[in-house]
Amino acid sequence: MRVVIAEDLTLLRDGLIRLLEAHEFTVVEAVDNGPSLLRSLLTHQPDVAVVDVRLPPDFTDEGLRAAIEARRQIPGLPVLVLSQYVEQLYARELLSDRTGGVGYLLKDRVSDVAHFVDAVRRVASGGTAMDPDVVQQLLSRRTHDRPLAGLSGREREVLALMAEGRTNAAIASRLFVTEKAVDKHVGNIFTKLTLPPSEDDNRRVLAVLAYLET
Amino acid sequence: MRAVDLLSGVTRQAAAVRLRLTARAFGLVFLCFVGMGLAITAVVAVGMVWLILVIPVLMVVVTAVRWFADLHRRWASEVLETPIPRPYLPLPERGVLARLLALAKDPATWRDLLWLLVNATAGFFLVGMVCTLAMSTIGFAGLPVAWPFLPEDVPPRTDEDFRSLTGDWGLVVVTDWQSALLASVQAIPMLAIWWWATPRLIRLDARLMSWFLSPTDASMLSARVEQLAESRAETVDTQAAELRRIERDLHDGAQARLVSLGMSLGLAEQLMANDPDAAQELLAEARESTGLALAELRDLVRGIHPPVLADRGLQGAVQALALSYPGEVDVEVSLPARPEPTVESAGYFAVAEALTNVAKHAHASQVWVQVWYADGRLRLAVGDDGKGGARIEPAGGLHGVERRLAAFDGTVSLTSPQGGPTIVTMELPCVLSSPRISPSSETG
Repeated sequence: MRVVIAEDLTLLRDGLIRLLEAHEFTVVEAVDNGPSLLRSLLTHQPDVAVVDVRLPPDFTDEGLRAAIEARRQIPGLPVLVLSQYVEQLYARELLSDRTGGVGYLLKDRVSDVAHFVDAVRRVASGGTAMDPDVVQQLLSRRTHDRPLAGLSGREREVLALMAEGRTNAAIASRLFVTEKAVDKHVGNIFTKLTLPPSEDDNRRVLAVLAYLET
Repeated sequence: MRAVDLLSGVTRQAAAVRLRLTARAFGLVFLCFVGMGLAITAVVAVGMVWLILVIPVLMVVVTAVRWFADLHRRWASEVLETPIPRPYLPLPERGVLARLLALAKDPATWRDLLWLLVNATAGFFLVGMVCTLAMSTIGFAGLPVAWPFLPEDVPPRTDEDFRSLTGDWGLVVVTDWQSALLASVQAIPMLAIWWWATPRLIRLDARLMSWFLSPTDASMLSARVEQLAESRAETVDTQAAELRRIERDLHDGAQARLVSLGMSLGLAEQLMANDPDAAQELLAEARESTGLALAELRDLVRGIHPPVLADRGLQGAVQALALSYPGEVDVEVSLPARPEPTVESAGYFAVAEALTNVAKHAHASQVWVQVWYADGRLRLAVGDDGKGGARIEPAGGLHGVERRLAAFDGTVSLTSPQGGPTIVTMELPCVLSSPRISPSSETG
């Protein structure tokens, strides 16, 4: 799988390259600033890009803006954005085109290599990878929400994991239950939140995120 | 028909204003005498200050003079429709002698005395004119009824110096009811003069007061220096406390975690050969530890300067605040450009604090935030339809905001009647930097 990396700190950039190449990714280019990121994304059209939010020259949110711009020109271009902090505003902007193939994770998550690689693969295949912190913020914001309050504890757990972008199989193994049980929970969640049911994992995730966003 | 009604309404209103001013003038004439008495007492007391006994009297007199001047300040500011600030320097907390010395050194004390004299002369003349005009009008108008009851012409009317009441009334000599009626016609020009002159005389008197009772440029400067010294001291204190908090957070949080991380790694290194399972457990623990350390650092950074504020300015940062609020918040930010980073940060934390208060206390169903720029001031308003009755408590969150904004000459005002709605408005004087539309409007 072909990857473009954007990270300005040499130490982290080299670490990411090493980590991804050890998991059978091919790093086609590693850049260290916003403008070259946009150019690189548009010329290489990689299978997935791993992008730091804060990049030179301004050290603000160049990475995010380059990613959004690239996705505007090439819809669905898979991008996983990494950051020292998560901001719901940015999650919302990344998700706004509702096409999937986006990820937004805290940089710390890289240290859990297996999960991180799984997230990169998921984004590359058009899925979603939202940081648990983002999901937690989204859920805690909606404490007064009627339909959400009607969910059982287990259903809430499933909802949170689904919002992170995990497949039913992944949720099942995470919660030590069968995939069938997860299917049932998901069905209940969609009924309680009055969302249209869907067979496709990705589409379900996007529907849940859209619900939590509004 | 309506035009006539309107006109009569306007006239009625104008008449009411003049009558009120005339009533005031009578009060002021009386007060001129009180003021004169105060001035004389003060001068005598100053002259006798070598008598220890006089010192308390002097304190009382000066306090009375200040109260008296305040009364006139309030009145003159009502007439002129501009506030007249008090010019007095702050007094030392304790020590009668120290206070007396401070009073004597304050130029405003002496200006007050000077004003008392001016008020008893020029001021007396101005308000006295209003009273005279009003009384003459009434006197002339009342002649047809009152002339038989007026005392006889005691000194002969040939005596030029003692014209009695039944003698000359203006241009007419009143001897019977016909001449009384004729004389009463003079009430009309008198009324006209009273009508025209009263507001002007009163305004002139108010000007005179404002001239003497307003702070001079010098006293305004020294008051400003005082205020700046105070707000600077507070700023320094707040910043020192903030640094101490950061130091403590780092020491107890990230630093401690790194130490334990190092220990876990060292131990894992030793165990690697003999007990790989235990080593693996330690390594997992170590990884968790880095995560916690990073989370703590993130919270710390957010408290110092939120990254989203650096990235997106107030517009994005206030939107981000609204997104993390438990519930809906209407956000409206209209800034032509970005303010200075320090002002942005102060404004951001002010809005954050206000929103925290709303979430904690208001039980509101609708919350809104507005940020705009007008007249050289950044204005931030946070409103809710909650239960109201909020106050700025000492040591409370909003008080902290007040102190924080004081460093920028900013202000906090709060309206919160019982039953709501509550609106907190914060204002910060500032200039905006080069116009640059915040990027969130492009991507958002």
